[in-house]
Amino acid sequence: MNTTRRTVLKGATASGVLAGLIAAGALRPTLVLAADWNKAAFEAKDTAGALKGIGATAASESKDLMLKVPDIAENGAVVPVDVVSNIPNTSSISILVEKNPQPLCAQFDFANGAVADVSARLKMGQTSLVKAVAKADGKFYTAQKEVKVTVGGCGG
Amino acid sequence: MADPMKIRAQLKGDVTEIRVLMGHAMETGQRKDAAGATVPAHFIQSMTVDVGGKRVVDGQIGTSVSRNPVFGFKMKGAKVGDKVVVSWVDNKGDKRSDEAVVA
Repeated sequence: MNTTRRTVLKGATASGVLAGLIAAGALRPTLVLAADWNKAAFEAKDTAGALKGIGATAASESKDLMLKVPDIAENGAVVPVDVVSNIPNTSSISILVEKNPQPLCAQFDFANGAVADVSARLKMGQTSLVKAVAKADGKFYTAQKEVKVTVGGCGG
Repeated sequence: MADPMKIRAQLKGDVTEIRVLMGHAMETGQRKDAAGATVPAHFIQSMTVDVGGKRVVDGQIGTSVSRNPVFGFKMKGAKVGDKVVVSWVDNKGDKRSDEAVVA
């Protein structure tokens, strides 16, 4: 994937064109096409890095963003989550599990009549906060909730 | 080629519920096999939902999504009989696209 981009980058670095491109904004990572996977955000090892990757460093808590997760998950491999945003003009919802090796789970962009309501099933390595981030009118909102993961299925 | 997705799209009132089950291993790249070798990461990276020819959901997915991912979406403005097309691409370039009709 992206072999052409790699080649371009390699060539460009040597000639110093890359710096120029960045300065011109042509390579700003936030401007890549939606179809391009946000590598920086998804491969971030901590929540702060992941939030930075999706551009949501200054998110405020919102009661209009509802995060439905179980209090206790007996099987960390399949944790159902449901995120509903009642914030007007919500254009995107992201889901993060703070203590996972790569916290960012998914990001969904909505258009053409989609309701900001998404459900998914996540993997969780251990008890952790689950965080939802919604983007509406260029601002970011968050909600979070802890899910206890019991290994071994004792329900403890 | 991966297994076909199961897609259900149902109109309830004015809201259409779309549920998708994708058959995919979603390997994180963290797991080790019996011999202690790391199983390479293999997971869906992006997915899209188009209804009636329009892009409704554009999603990016990481390794923290469970094996055989299930996603649910809701939308307004779809009619019974509209075509729903769900597609995904994984990190190895495998892709799959399946269709259903709003019922």
